[in-house]
Amino acid sequence: MIEIKDLHAKVEGKPILKGLSLSIKPGEVHAIMGPNGSGKSTLSAVLAGRSDYEVTSGTVTFFGEDLFAMSVEERACAGLMLAFQYPVEIPGVKNVYLLKAALNAQRKARGEPEIEAPAFMKLVREKLQFMKIDNSFLHRAVNEGFSGGEKKRNEILQMLILEPKLVLLDEIDSGLDIDALKVVAEGVNSLRDAGRSFLMITHYQRLLDYIEPDFVHVLNDGQIIKTGDKSLALELEDRGYDWVVEETA
Amino acid sequence: MANEEMEQLVSSEYKQGFVTDIESYTLPPGLDEEVIRYISSKKKEPQWLLDWRLEAFALWKEMHDPQAWANIGYPKIDFQAISYYSAPGAKDKNAPKSLDEVDPKLLETFEKLGIPLHERAALAGVRGVAVDAVFDSVSVGTTFKKELAEAGVIFCSISEAVQDHPELVRKYLGTVVSKTDNFYAALNAAVFTDGSFVFVPKGVTCPMELSTYFRINAANTGQFERTLIICEEGAQVSYLEGCTAPMRDENQLHAAVVELVALDDAYIKYSTVQNWYPGDEEGLGGIYNFVTKRGDCRGDRSKISWTQVETGSAITWKYPSCILRGKDSVGEFYSVAVTNNFQQADTGTKMIHLGEGSRSTIISKGISAGRSNQSYRGLVKILPSAKNARNFTQCDSLLLGDKCGAHTFPYQEIGNATAQVEHEATTSKIGEDQLFYCMQRGISEEDSVNMIVNGFCKDVFQELPMEFAVEAEALLNVTLEGAVG
Amino acid sequence: MKHYAQAFDAFNKNAEDGWLKSQRIAAFARFEHLGFPTPSVEYWKYTDTKALAKREFKLATGYDQQAAAELLKAKGLKLDAHRLVFVDGLLSSELSNLEGLQDAVVIEPLSQALATELELTSGMMGRLAGIDVDVFTALNFAFVSEGVVVRVGANQKVNKPLLVTYLSTATEEVMSHPRILIAAGASSELQLIEHFIGADEAKNFTNRVVEGVMERNAKIHHTLLQQPSDKEWWVGRIQIEQKRDSRYTSHQMNLGGKLVRDDLVCDLNGEGAECDFSGLLFGRNRQHLDIHTLVNHNAPLTNSYETYKTILNDRSQGVFNSKVIVKKDSQKIHAVQNNANLLLSDQAQINAKPELEIYADDVKCAHGATTGQLDMDALFYLMARGIGEEEARGLLTLAFANEVIDKLELPEIYNLVETTVAGQLPHKIELELTQ
Repeated sequence: MIEIKDLHAKVEGKPILKGLSLSIKPGEVHAIMGPNGSGKSTLSAVLAGRSDYEVTSGTVTFFGEDLFAMSVEERACAGLMLAFQYPVEIPGVKNVYLLKAALNAQRKARGEPEIEAPAFMKLVREKLQFMKIDNSFLHRAVNEGFSGGEKKRNEILQMLILEPKLVLLDEIDSGLDIDALKVVAEGVNSLRDAGRSFLMITHYQRLLDYIEPDFVHVLNDGQIIKTGDKSLALELEDRGYDWVVEETA
Repeated sequence: MANEEMEQLVSSEYKQGFVTDIESYTLPPGLDEEVIRYISSKKKEPQWLLDWRLEAFALWKEMHDPQAWANIGYPKIDFQAISYYSAPGAKDKNAPKSLDEVDPKLLETFEKLGIPLHERAALAGVRGVAVDAVFDSVSVGTTFKKELAEAGVIFCSISEAVQDHPELVRKYLGTVVSKTDNFYAALNAAVFTDGSFVFVPKGVTCPMELSTYFRINAANTGQFERTLIICEEGAQVSYLEGCTAPMRDENQLHAAVVELVALDDAYIKYSTVQNWYPGDEEGLGGIYNFVTKRGDCRGDRSKISWTQVETGSAITWKYPSCILRGKDSVGEFYSVAVTNNFQQADTGTKMIHLGEGSRSTIISKGISAGRSNQSYRGLVKILPSAKNARNFTQCDSLLLGDKCGAHTFPYQEIGNATAQVEHEATTSKIGEDQLFYCMQRGISEEDSVNMIVNGFCKDVFQELPMEFAVEAEALLNVTLEGAVG
Repeated sequence: MKHYAQAFDAFNKNAEDGWLKSQRIAAFARFEHLGFPTPSVEYWKYTDTKALAKREFKLATGYDQQAAAELLKAKGLKLDAHRLVFVDGLLSSELSNLEGLQDAVVIEPLSQALATELELTSGMMGRLAGIDVDVFTALNFAFVSEGVVVRVGANQKVNKPLLVTYLSTATEEVMSHPRILIAAGASSELQLIEHFIGADEAKNFTNRVVEGVMERNAKIHHTLLQQPSDKEWWVGRIQIEQKRDSRYTSHQMNLGGKLVRDDLVCDLNGEGAECDFSGLLFGRNRQHLDIHTLVNHNAPLTNSYETYKTILNDRSQGVFNSKVIVKKDSQKIHAVQNNANLLLSDQAQINAKPELEIYADDVKCAHGATTGQLDMDALFYLMARGIGEEEARGLLTLAFANEVIDKLELPEIYNLVETTVAGQLPHKIELELTQ
């Protein structure tokens, strides 16, 4: 699905990613863990196409296409979705409006007709219920005045409605209490299938108890230095990161 | 978003820019007493009104164009190069007596602009809208007059009102905006040609929305309309004006005066969707929109609410204001102003608090794009008599691109210790994070900008009558089209 | 105007020919050309100088040394500082003390600098506050003869604060036009305190100008304590040019005077430059207090912060006008203006105008201006705790002022301002009890 080869990227002139390679096949769930400053969030930002991150070398193909040749919205329409660590507030723009505009933009890109209002509302209500979010939420402005938990749930709600092919979950667990984390994980798990992949970026092993990964990667100083299965995450939880760094040094 | 992309300017056309090819009688350019006498006689005005016009003209000649203080720039206007009267039809033709007599070309013009000048029965459950249509210097027709008359509401052109209700016109004309108020108000008093007149008697709630549609068609012609709205005790009315003009390379002057009078417990809601031709992307042509609008909350507990969506005109210079004379009277000003290309706007409001317990709210949202410049200029004045007066002002500016300007000039003059006045203002560019977020959901950059800008303006749009809120949002999107890459 | 011409002739006639004399002549011509401002001039809209223009002020020729020493002792700041004292515009060598300066720091009276280092001094004078800036600045230049020159070498932190005290002691109507010139070298640091003190009967007209150029990474902390008598006229201008990464902090404590007008202008000309203004206008009786500030963001990545409070009682009038201009291409700007006003009397009047003029898009600018009364809930709370209403009002008024008073770092100054405000509130506060 996505092939990342020897990716180098800079932020404000400072190299952050230094030769990262990663391949994700349809249906796989990957987790990237690593200490602060290792480049975890830079990876998701680069993949989604933030303009303040500069790719200096390396390639990324998404379904065989050159990802860096695509604009931000083209990447989204092709099925790449970033669930933000800090979802932004957009005053005055209602959630329902954003959802509809996004869904229709993506359908249009796929050559599908716009969704009819009743069908859209039915879909949205169903997903709201699933995420245990009140209907009044639709008429609130995007993330405005939301608690940290509400913002994260909103990200997952959007995911359920837009049904992306590859989801980047950027520290989706940060700031969530255990109940909210369960709801978020349920949302993610409900979408797991053979055609859809996830890349989770996280600091804590806790998330992986609820969303089980197929692969766990350790990111350090802009490179993946170790790859393993779920047990690697548990080991990291126990022993920290230093031993991996030493082992590979 | 790169600035080069920002620079790609409007590609959309101004949809109302067509010219109606119609026979019309237009006075040759120039302004002197004879022109004023001609206008007055054409409208069969009584002597007192002619005298009033001539006095205004004499005073105007002594006054100076106020461009020194407003944050706008334009070449000196040659007032002798403008024609002050243009009416469709031959020179001696009398005005049509009813809508049936109106030239079909005119009806077609308004139809094309989406302004129905017929009285097709309102759909069940939908409130009707009565329309007065003004074409250059004259009103071509007013709909639903009969239905309104049954409710006791007078809605007609001001020329008709001078004929049919001279006592009302004489009682209120010039009492809110005096003929010497400012340079353009004085000019208007001397040469005003048409406009709307609304009178809602005591205790009556006007049964439908009233609307006036102004259309400038003739070249080299100024439009000087004058509108007067009076709500007696306990009366209520919601009024909306719209305006468009053809695309022409020359600048055209529009200098209107609007006076509102609200007596005890009356409520006037005045909404404007201003879409005069803004000039082309090089800044050529467009309307100079120099307008004086003022409401007088004369009565206790009276309320006047101004809502404006300003997207057109090469230059806008207007400050819809409220004089809050009555005890517990309320003034409101909700404004969205959008400037693109080379447009300039200096707009805002004045809230003059005289009455005890008077309250005012100002919400102003300015969006500047292209090479445009926009200023908010507002005055909140609390006089010693206005015990416990309150004001809240929120005034936000959004910048799209690095060639435009957004300026804020709020004046507070407070002379009462019980006053509570709050002013907040912010200026920022459209949030990169917000744009990225929307685009990451697959929405195009242009749609994302429109969405965020509409959200930014929400507080004002929700004040518009429902049917116009949709129109206003669409207008905003058209105006900003191409303002981002 | 006529009497100014006479005074000017008498003053400049015998001066030595040269740069200064010709500059003064040009300045006076400019003053005569402009005349005193009328309210039709936008920047003088709310401050009428008609009454000031009518007075016939003279230049002081001498002063009572003992009275000056007593006034200083009674009201001056007790502070370990380099000291310069001017009485009615004249330097008092007896009361001044500049011992112990570092080698790379020059602090000297302007008269001395003009006599001994004309070339250096003339290069500093009028560069920022030239005769075209404002009519009062021109008038200052026409009559300038005394003041202070400060030159701080690179990397020098001036070892003690510089305290400049201006005493008004004359019983006649005298005028003075002092000027302070500052050249702050790269990475230097200076703490400047100006203290204006008027004897009860003083009727002086003080028209002081400060010009300061700050090199890369220089820091200036400038505190202005204004305590003229309620019969004094006071006009002043501060013009600061800031280069890269420099930081200018200003505290304006406006506590006295009949008519006071302050203009504070910062040109942020280098990336990373920052200015932070705070001030208090505390008006009583028929005082008229006016503060105008202007920040020019001429370079990208510059920040400005302003917090001003006014408390007006009796028939006093306050004017607060702040303006932030962001020039084209000055991107990544942060500017905040805050203004809060408290009217304690129905006859008091405040005119506020926080302006923004912005020609760049990557900016974050915000301003807020509020006028109101004391928080009734807070008042009720205090009264419910057994505090009398009068005292509760006093406490809350002081609390309102504290946001800006708290920014005064030197305890001597902080105490002076706080006790002055507390002691002159309509509901007197005994600070000893409340602290």
